Parts: sequence; C-alpha cells; structure tokens
Amino acid sequence: MKRRLVLKQLTAATLLAATGWMPQQAMAADTIKVGILHSLSGTMAISETSLKDVALMAIDEINAQGGVMGKQLEPVVVDPASNWPLFAEKARQLLAQDKVAAVFGCWTSVSRKSVLPVFKELNGLLFYPVQYEGEELEKNVFYTGAAPNQQAIPAVEYLMSEDGGGAKRFVLLGTDYVYPRTTNKILRAFLHSKGVQDADIKEVYTPFGHSDYQTIVADIKQFAAGGKTAVVSTINGDSNVPFYKELGNAGLKATDVPVVAFSVGEEELRGVDTRPLVGHLAAWNYFQSIKNPVNDAFIQKWKAYAKAKNLPNADTVVTNDPMEATYIGIHMWKQAVEQAKTTDVDAVIAAMGGQQFAAPDGFTIEMDKTNHHLHKPVYIGEINGDGQFNIVWKTDGPIRAQPWSPYIPGNEGKQGL
Amino acid sequence: MRNAALVLFLRGLALALLLAAPARASGLDAALLARLAGSDTAARLAAISALGELADPRAAQVLQALGDGKLAAAPGGRMLIDTGNGRAVDAATGEETALPPDADGVIVNNRLRRAISAALAGSRLFSEDPAQRLAAAQRLAQDGDPARLPAIARALAAERSDRVRAALEIAQASLELKSADPAVRRHAVELLGRTDNAAFRPALAAMAAQRPDGSYGEPDPAVRAAAESALRGIDRHLATVEWMGNLFYGLSLGSILLLAALGLAITFGLMGVINMAHGELLMIGAYVAYVVQLLFRRYVPGWMDWYVIAALPAAFVVAAAVGMALERTVIRWLYGRPLETLLATWGISLILMQGVRSLFGAQNVEVANPSWMSGGVTVLGGLVLTYNRLAIIAFALLVVFFVWLLLNHTRLGLFVRAITQNRRMADCVGVPTGRVDMLAFGLGSGIAGLAGVALSQLGNVGPDLGRGYLVDSFMVVVLGGVGQLAGTVVAAMGLGGVNKFLEPYAGAVMAKITILVLIILFVQKRPQGLFAPRGRSAE
Repeated sequence: MKRRLVLKQLTAATLLAATGWMPQQAMAADTIKVGILHSLSGTMAISETSLKDVALMAIDEINAQGGVMGKQLEPVVVDPASNWPLFAEKARQLLAQDKVAAVFGCWTSVSRKSVLPVFKELNGLLFYPVQYEGEELEKNVFYTGAAPNQQAIPAVEYLMSEDGGGAKRFVLLGTDYVYPRTTNKILRAFLHSKGVQDADIKEVYTPFGHSDYQTIVADIKQFAAGGKTAVVSTINGDSNVPFYKELGNAGLKATDVPVVAFSVGEEELRGVDTRPLVGHLAAWNYFQSIKNPVNDAFIQKWKAYAKAKNLPNADTVVTNDPMEATYIGIHMWKQAVEQAKTTDVDAVIAAMGGQQFAAPDGFTIEMDKTNHHLHKPVYIGEINGDGQFNIVWKTDGPIRAQPWSPYIPGNEGKQGL
Repeated sequence: MRNAALVLFLRGLALALLLAAPARASGLDAALLARLAGSDTAARLAAISALGELADPRAAQVLQALGDGKLAAAPGGRMLIDTGNGRAVDAATGEETALPPDADGVIVNNRLRRAISAALAGSRLFSEDPAQRLAAAQRLAQDGDPARLPAIARALAAERSDRVRAALEIAQASLELKSADPAVRRHAVELLGRTDNAAFRPALAAMAAQRPDGSYGEPDPAVRAAAESALRGIDRHLATVEWMGNLFYGLSLGSILLLAALGLAITFGLMGVINMAHGELLMIGAYVAYVVQLLFRRYVPGWMDWYVIAALPAAFVVAAAVGMALERTVIRWLYGRPLETLLATWGISLILMQGVRSLFGAQNVEVANPSWMSGGVTVLGGLVLTYNRLAIIAFALLVVFFVWLLLNHTRLGLFVRAITQNRRMADCVGVPTGRVDMLAFGLGSGIAGLAGVALSQLGNVGPDLGRGYLVDSFMVVVLGGVGQLAGTVVAAMGLGGVNKFLEPYAGAVMAKITILVLIILFVQKRPQGLFAPRGRSAE
C-alpha cells in the first residue's frame, strides 16, 4: 500500500516538474536566449562556476538597461559536469533545442575541441573566455582569452629576465591534455630560440584531478639543484590546490624556484593558504588588484551580485581574468547584435570585428578585425599573502593576438580565417 | 653562559660598528628609506644593500618589514612599519603612530626579496642569536658573492658555536672556489664535497666539465680530481635521498590507500557487501571536517588548530550513522544478492553526492591545515618530510591497531568473525546476526568517515571526492585478499610503494596504468588475493 502511495506521489511530482517547464518555453518568443555552458560540478567546477555566475550577472545588467534591441536576454544554463563528450551533447541541446543566439562557455581546450564540430555543423556562435594554446581559428568562435603570445611567451621572457630571476632551466608541468601539451611545445621551441638546451627543459604531466604531488615536487627540487630553475605550470582545475599545498609544505620558496601559472587566478587560490606561496607568479590579462575606475566598478558590481544572489562564500568572492573575459564577451556580443540589428550568426560575426569595449583591465580593448581574438594587455603578478596578486610587470598597452604561434613550424603562412 | 653570550654580542657589535658606515644612532636616513618605495629597481636594490650595511638594528627591522610586505609609504615620503590593528612604527625614528588610511603598502618582487635576504644575512652574521647567525651563514653559502669573504672571515674569527662555525666554513669554501690559489680551491672543493649538499653541485660540475675548446673549467688537475670525487659523493648522497624519498612517498600514499580501504575491508571484505557508496562515506567524513572547522572558526577561534581532533569522533559518528541507516533500510534486504546490492549502493552513492551538492554547492570547499600540520622537517640534507603526511601515516597505523583490537579482542569482533566464517552456524548458536551486521557496517562506515577527515587534509574536498578513491579501495581489498585485515595493510603499502618507485621513471600517468596492468595479471594468477582465507570457511 505504502509503496504504491509513494509511487503515486513521485509520478505526480515528476508530472508537475515537467509541466513547470512548459510556460517558460512558451513565453520565450519575445526574449533572446543565450546559452551558458560551464562545468558546475567535477574537477573544473572550481574554475568554471564563477564564470557561469558572472555571465548571469552581465545578462542581468544588460536586461536592467533595457536588454538587446529592446528584448530581454534569457539565459539557459546547462552543466556539462567536467565531462568532455557531455559538452558536445549540451552544446547541441543549446543550439538545436533551445535555439540560443550565442553560447558563452568552456574552459579547458579539450571541452572547446569537443564542441567545435557541433558549432560548425549548426552554425552556432561560441564565446570562449579562457587563455589557450592557439593553433585554432574558427569562424564560429570568438576567443576573448589570451593566445600564447599574450600570456605564455611574455611570462617565460619575464622568468628569463633579471627581474624574474634569470632562470636557465625550466620545468614545464601540466595536466595531460591538449592545452598544456601544445603550450609546452610552443614554449620548448621558444626556449630553443633563446639558446636553452633540451637537457635544461623537463616536461611533466599528470592526469586531471591528480592529488599526489610529492614525487613531482621532490623532482623539481632535484632538477633545481642543476642551476637557476623556474616552473611553468599549466595545471588545470582543482589539482592546483594539492600542488600548491605540497609546494608550501615542502618549503620550495619563490625566491629559489618561482612557479608561474597560466591557469591559476584569484578564484583558484581561494581554497589555499597563500602565505607559503608569496612570490609565486601568474600571468594573465587582468588581475583583481588592477586599480582603475572601470575595474573598481566591476568588482563592486560582482560583490553586490554575489551578496544579492547569496552565492556560496559571498563575502569572499573575487574577480579573475576569465571572468573579465566572459564579461567583455557578453557586452561585445550585445554591441555587435545591436550594430547588425539581428541575432543572425553570420551577421553578428561580421559585426564583431572592430568592436570596442572599456574593459576592467584598464584599456578600451578591441576585437581584431580579422582574427577573432581581442587585443589585450599582459600582466604578471606575484601571489601575496591575501590570495591576491601584486603586479610586477606589464605591457605598455594591448597587444594583438597571434593564434598561430610563429614558434611552431608550418605556421608562417597562416594568418586570418 | 650569560657572560659568554654577552661578550660575544659585544664583540659582534663592536666589529659591526667598525665596519659600518658611521650610522646615526638617532635614526635612519629618511631619503634612503624613501628610495625603497620608488619604481626604479636599481635604486631600490642599492637602498636595500645600503641598509644591510648599517649597524643600526632598526635597519634590519625595516628590511624584514619590507620582505614581509609590512612596509608602507605614507604621503609625504614617510615610511611606516605596519604593526597591525591600524598602528604603525615610523621606520626612520621608531616612534609609534597610527597607520594613515592612505598609506600604500610597498610591493616587492622576488628579485628584491632575494636582495633583502642577502642584505639581512650580511648584518645578521653578527647577530646575538646563534640561530640567526646560522641562517645567515647558510644564506651566504648560496649567494656566491665574493665580496662577502672578508665579512665571513671576521665572523669566523669571532664565532664560538660549532654549528655556526661549520656553516661559516662552508660559506667561505663556496666563495673560495674562485680563489687564485689552487691549494685554497682544493681545500674548498673537499669541504664542499663532504657537505653532500646538492646546492654546490652546479659549481663543482662546472669545474670538472670540459669546455668545447678542450680546456677544463678547473685548470689544476689535482683540484679537478678532487672536484670529481666530491661530485661522485654528492651524487651518491642524492641517490640515497631519492630512494629514501620514494620510500616515504610510498609509505604516505600507502597509508592513504589503507585508510580509504580499511572501512571497505570490513564492509566488503568481512561482510561481503559490494558497497559502491563507500567513496561517499569518505566524502561525508571530509565534509564533517569542513563543518567542524566552520563551527570552530565561529565559536572558538582560539582553538582552530585542534579542530581536526574534534572532527575525528564527529566524522566517525556521522558516517557510522549514515552507514547503519543504509544497512537497515537498503542493504539488509539484499544480502546474498551481490548484483542488486551493487546497483542499489551505486544509486545511493549518486543520491549522497547530489545531496551534498545541493547542501554545500558543487564547488570544492576549503579545509585548512592546522598550523601544526603545515610545513615539514628536512632530513638527510634534502628530503622534506611534510608534517601532514607524517601525521596521516601515524593516524593510519593507529586506526589499523584499533580495528585489529576491536576484531580480535572484543565480543563484537568475535561475532563478526564468526558470521564471516559461517553465517548460518553463528545464527544457530545465538549470535544476533542482524544486529551484528548493522554494527559491523556502521564500524566500516565510521572508519571511512575517519579516513575522510584525513583525506581532507591532503586534497580537495568536493562532492566527487569519493569517486577517485572507490576504485583504489576495491583494488586494495581485492589484492589483499577478501576477509583479511593483514592483506589489506600489505596490499595498501605495497601498492603505494610500487606506485611511487615507478613514478619517477614512468611519470604519474604511466605509473597508474602499469599498476592496473600488474593487478590484472596478479588477480588472474591468484584470484583469492595475497592472503587467502584458509579452512572450511573458504568457498
């Protein structure tokens, strides 16, 4: 008897839930749907969750100012759960079923590569907000993060400079997938061009979600006995926490062996005691500690939003580079749509080139007219005791992206699309 | 004793005063201090080394504050040392003031930090505290700045402590490698070789190496031979350190595997329940540690360092309660039906994960190491044993001991073993099998909760924490032999050791694959595991 009752209730609940969806779909006609495709669970959730939230904040902001072409934006949030094939499925769902005008999403390059065929097939529009390895230029994608020449190369140049410690030997440490492998291939070629021998370069990879960095930290220590050493870390996701914990506990100081990270920002350091890590570096196009009115307003907006939406740990929220890139991406898309007067993908793509936006990084940055990348300034920051970064080096202004690295043979002729 | 220290101090002070540029006792030069905050790196470096040469103890204080990020520049060029709570000390005069709100922290980078520690080492060579002198001597040994030689020689002449003397001699030797006198060089090489310190390897290797034009880094053959022998000694020592390191890392990984698998050894090993929700019990333990940490932070912040200890019983009780509830409501009805158990517990694991996700969010939560678990101790001159891993090894052994005690020396343990051997016979002679099953499952789950607290000190605490350990736990229990506690211990330590000895050669990814292949081969040869239960109970 009882079991039947439970079953009945369950069925009723499911029905209710199903019908609950219907009205939303029906009233979608006078809104513009945009998709948000970020992992909200799994190993990448540490980095991607805040991108979802900042995208929602930007959408709220645009809606409050009257929306796009008089229509409100309606976000469709899906969770691909750090599962690469699921990214493709969810992207297909967003484009084919929800008919979104644009998708803001992905962090790891492997997830971007996984959704690319879907976006090409259905002629979708993806805004990818994270620094990446380059070697790619797709008509359907706008890259609002850094290409290697806007992050990796300047960072290594800094490590080799006198201010950066004059490193002669390099440990290239990364998570085992396409972004670290390609970046390290470019860096190796770059280091060769600077006269660094193969014997002075050590490449180490770990699986996603790796948590035991004892051997690797001990190896770095031993490698560093051979001369001035720096570590270039392309570790992604929550593995960074055990890595930095081990680094701190093993007493490897930044003054001896500096570690420069390409995927560690303010958000990833929230779960770490940064006092033993003071002096380790990160290279980005934006840090929360940049002082200018646009950035102050951006941080204020984000803090107020986190408090209003009661996000977890709302009192300690931080901003970081991919969040800024997401924010820029959404606003530039809005500008392009308004210029094209339609959300039609091809028209928006044509209107995107040359869009300008006063960004929190302190510059009015521009979408390149041909190569789908932003012109961005480069900053190098040192971790300080409160989980923020002190900026120790920066470029004079935004620099143009080179998605096809000149350090990879065969790229000479490749330029625009 | 006190007199000796005083004499030493006075002597050091006198020497320092003799050396230093005439320092004004009244205060530091404000213009010099202001240069610390400028944007010109070269001027800042010069100011740091100028401060390092001053005998005024306030100069060392300023440098220390600069290195710690405590120095602030107030408008008008006044430099302040932030002493916390909105108070500050004027760096030039030493008078106390309030920290003005518009004072800007002076930012240093690694290059300045290195310069600061070198400058401090120079002045601390004559400090009254032997520990500071020792640290200064060790710091100078890494510097390779020959200009320091006279200072080191003076410090050596004044030094009484044997340890500091030894460190000073090493620092001296490291600088004398470039001496013009082959005899001095040879003596330095031999001394450095005896230290077994890998930091001197590059310098020695450069001496022994042949340049492309045929000449050697070191012209004198006798010195070169000494350098080569010193190199061999250092390499031998490095090999020992590496081996011991692998042993420790293996032990540490093994103890983690052991903790993760021990609960499963009871629920799966002794009771035969294929519990796919085991990983989630680990996760619950870790989240209990997080909650206890939050409670401590809110109500007894002074005791934050001990929240881990309080989290242990709490995690045990919570995980055991969850485990017993599972056993009573789901697993009890499925005894003897392994396939259904597998499916049901898999479903439960998903429910628990999603439950935690809705309760705490999908993001990882921060579980801080208490201060006594941060850092490590250096042994053998290069191997760092981190405190958190040492604590977890000790904890794992303790838990194994208690489980052994419980299973072999209590009535409950006797019942559990009896049921494992022959459930129906135990039932016949009056063992309350239902109750014992519940308690045993609760015990296994509780131990998983304890393990969760330990894991929270090493890695990330998130809803997926258990997933990563589930496969490893089953691997350990199956490899060790179902129904054997000793087997679990040996298998965990063995797997940890093999993994860590493979990793330096094969890399983290290949090491994991190799281990899995080895286990497949092993289980084919010996399906009953390392230690098979003997006698009639074995099916």
